[in-house]
Amino acid sequence: MTNSLTRRHFLSTSAGLAGATALGGLAMPARAAGPLTVGFIYVGPRDDYGYNQAHAEGAAAVKAMEGVTVIEEENVAETQDVQQTMESMINFDGATLLFPTSFGYFDPHILKVAPAYPDVRFEHCGGLWSEGMPENVGSYFGYIGMGQYLNGIAAGHATKTKKIGFVAAKPIPQVLLNINSFLLGARAVDPEITCQAIFTGEWSMAVKEAEATNALADAGADVITCHVDGPKVVMETAASRDCFICGYHANQSELAPEKYLTGAEWNWATVYTDMVTKTLAGEPIDNFVRGGLAEGFIKMSPLGPANSDAARAQFEDTQAKIISGGFAVIEGPLKDNAGNVIAADGVSYEETDVALESMNYLVEGVIGSTS
Amino acid sequence: MNGDIGLWAVPIAMLGGAIRVSTPFLFVSLGEVITERSGRINLGLEGTLVFGAMAGYALAYMTGSAWIGVLAAALAGAVFGLVHGLLCSLPKVNDIAIGIALMLLGTGLAFFFGKPFIQPVAPDLPAINLGWWSDLPQVQAALRVNVLFIFGAVLAVGLAWMLKRTRIGLTLRVVGDSSDAARALGIQPARVRILATAFGGALAGIGGAYLSLFYPGSWNEGISSGQGLIAVALVIFARWSPINCFFAALLFGAAGALGPALQSVGVTTGYYLFYAAPFVLTLAVLILSSSKSGALTGAPRELSITK
Repeated sequence: MTNSLTRRHFLSTSAGLAGATALGGLAMPARAAGPLTVGFIYVGPRDDYGYNQAHAEGAAAVKAMEGVTVIEEENVAETQDVQQTMESMINFDGATLLFPTSFGYFDPHILKVAPAYPDVRFEHCGGLWSEGMPENVGSYFGYIGMGQYLNGIAAGHATKTKKIGFVAAKPIPQVLLNINSFLLGARAVDPEITCQAIFTGEWSMAVKEAEATNALADAGADVITCHVDGPKVVMETAASRDCFICGYHANQSELAPEKYLTGAEWNWATVYTDMVTKTLAGEPIDNFVRGGLAEGFIKMSPLGPANSDAARAQFEDTQAKIISGGFAVIEGPLKDNAGNVIAADGVSYEETDVALESMNYLVEGVIGSTS
Repeated sequence: MNGDIGLWAVPIAMLGGAIRVSTPFLFVSLGEVITERSGRINLGLEGTLVFGAMAGYALAYMTGSAWIGVLAAALAGAVFGLVHGLLCSLPKVNDIAIGIALMLLGTGLAFFFGKPFIQPVAPDLPAINLGWWSDLPQVQAALRVNVLFIFGAVLAVGLAWMLKRTRIGLTLRVVGDSSDAARALGIQPARVRILATAFGGALAGIGGAYLSLFYPGSWNEGISSGQGLIAVALVIFARWSPINCFFAALLFGAAGALGPALQSVGVTTGYYLFYAAPFVLTLAVLILSSSKSGALTGAPRELSITK
C-alpha cells in the first residue's frame, strides 16, 4: 500500500544521502566496528506491541553482543521491496546474516535472492525449509500453538458464555494451528466450548480488527485472542466490551491488566543470540530450527489477577507437561469443522510434527472457514 | 453478559458499524465538499487524515486531554489545507498533482513523527450511551455514540444551511461556479479557495483524530485503510451536498461492518468478497448515478474534473 511505500521511500532516500556523505571514509570504519553485520527486516513498525516488536526485542539482544553491528529496516512490504532491501543490506551495508522476519518474505523473495549471494546467510521466521532449497537459507520458528493452547485453558476457565473468540489475519497454517489450539485448550476445560474465528484478511488493518472484535463480542464471545501483527487494537477493543483477553506475540497486559488472563509471547532473543554466537564462532546453523516452551523460543505472560485457582492449577500443570515434551494438541479422535476425520483414534501429532506446519483445517467447535 | 440474538446480530452490527466507522468518512467528505464547492479538489486529505490521527494522538497523550488532541489535529489539518491552497494559487499548478504530493508527505511525516507514540496509551474521546433503553448488550454497544459523530451530523446540516442561505455560502458557490463572475462581484477567488481548502483540511484532521482517539482508538501506521481517499470519491456521489455526505458515510460504514458481522453469525465462506463490499458499492453507486447528458449535476463548474 501507499502507506508503507512512503516511509520506505523516505527512509531509502535519506539512507542514500547518508551513504553518499559517508563514502568519503566514514563507511569503512563503520563497517570495521564489527566483524559481523546482521540485518533485520520487519514488515511493520518495530514497536507495534506485536509480531515486529517481538523480533525487534530479539534484535536488541543481538545489538548488545560484542563484535556485532545490527542494521534494521521497518515497514518493508512482502513484495519486490524486500528483495531490494535485502540486496542493499548485503551490498551497501555488508551484512552477511539476514533475518527477514515476515512470513511472506520467504517464497519467492528469499528463495530468489539467496542463490545469488552464497556467502550470505538468510534466516527466515516461519518458513518451511526443505531439501532442495538453497543451502544458505534457513528457517526457524517456535511452537507458539502451545502458547495458544495454554491461552485456551485460561479462557476455558474464564468464559461464562461458553463461547470464545479469535481475530485472525489470514488462513495460513500457523494461524489455523493457533485457532485450533486455542479452542482445544478451552475444550480441555469444558468440551462444550466453541470458538468463533473472524478473518480480517490483512496482517494489520486497525479498523477491521476493531470491527471483528466488536462482532465477536456481539456474537457472545467473552474471551478474545488474536493472531494479527499488532494486537493492541484487538486487546483494547475487547477489554472495552468487557471481554477477557489473551495476548499474542508480546505482553499486552498493561493495556488492560484486570482483563488480561495470560498471553503467548515470542522469545526471539534466545534464538537470535544463539544463531549469532554460532556465526561468530564459524559454526554452521541448522537449516531447520524449531523450539517451544522448553527451548525458550516462546514464553507465557504471567497469569493475570482474573484467573481462578482452578485455572492456575490446570495452566501450570499443562505447561509442565508441555515442557517435559511429547505433548500433542491435535489428538485423535478428532474431526474438522466440516466433519472430516483429521486424526483417527490413537493418532496424534506432537508439537514437533512437521505435518502441523501445513495445517489447512479448523477443528470441530471452531465456527469459521479457511476461505 | 449477553443473549443469543442469532441473525439479528447482522443488522445490529451493521448499525453499530455504520455509526462507529462512518465518522472519519463524514468529516473528510464534509471538508472536501466545502473545498470542492470553491472549485478545487484536494486529494491530499488521506495524508491529512493520517497526520491528524498522529498529531491528535500525540497531543492527547502528552497533555492528557483528548480534546486538545482533536484541536491539534484540526490545526495540523488546516496547515496542510493552507499549503495546498497556497500552492494551487500559483499559476499553472495542478491541484490534483499537489494533492497527491501532499498525501505522500502527510503520511510520511506522520509515520516519521509518530514513531514514539505507537506504544503509549492516550485518553479516549467520550461517548454517549444512546442504548440505555435496551437490555441487549449488542444494542447498547452499537448505540455507544461518540460526540464527534453527533457533532458531524449537526455540522452536515449546518453546512447545508450555510451553503444555501448565507453570504459565505453564496460567495463559495460563486467562486466555485465561475471565477469571472466572482471577480466581477469584487471577490478574490484565490483567497476564498485557500480558506475553503484550509477548512477542508481542518475537518479531515478531526476525522483522523477520531480514528486514533476513539475508534479503533490507537495510533499505528495502519490506522487508515484509505478512508481519506474513499471520502473524496464519496463527495462525488453525494453530489456535493453535505446532507447526502452524511448518509453516504453511514452507508459506507455499514458496508464495512458487513464482513465481520456475517462471519460472526456463521456465514464464513467468501469473506474476502464481503470485505470488497464498500468498493463494489462505490462502483455501483457511481454507475447508477452517472448521467447520460455527460454533465455532473451539482458539480461546481470551476472544478478541474468538470472543466
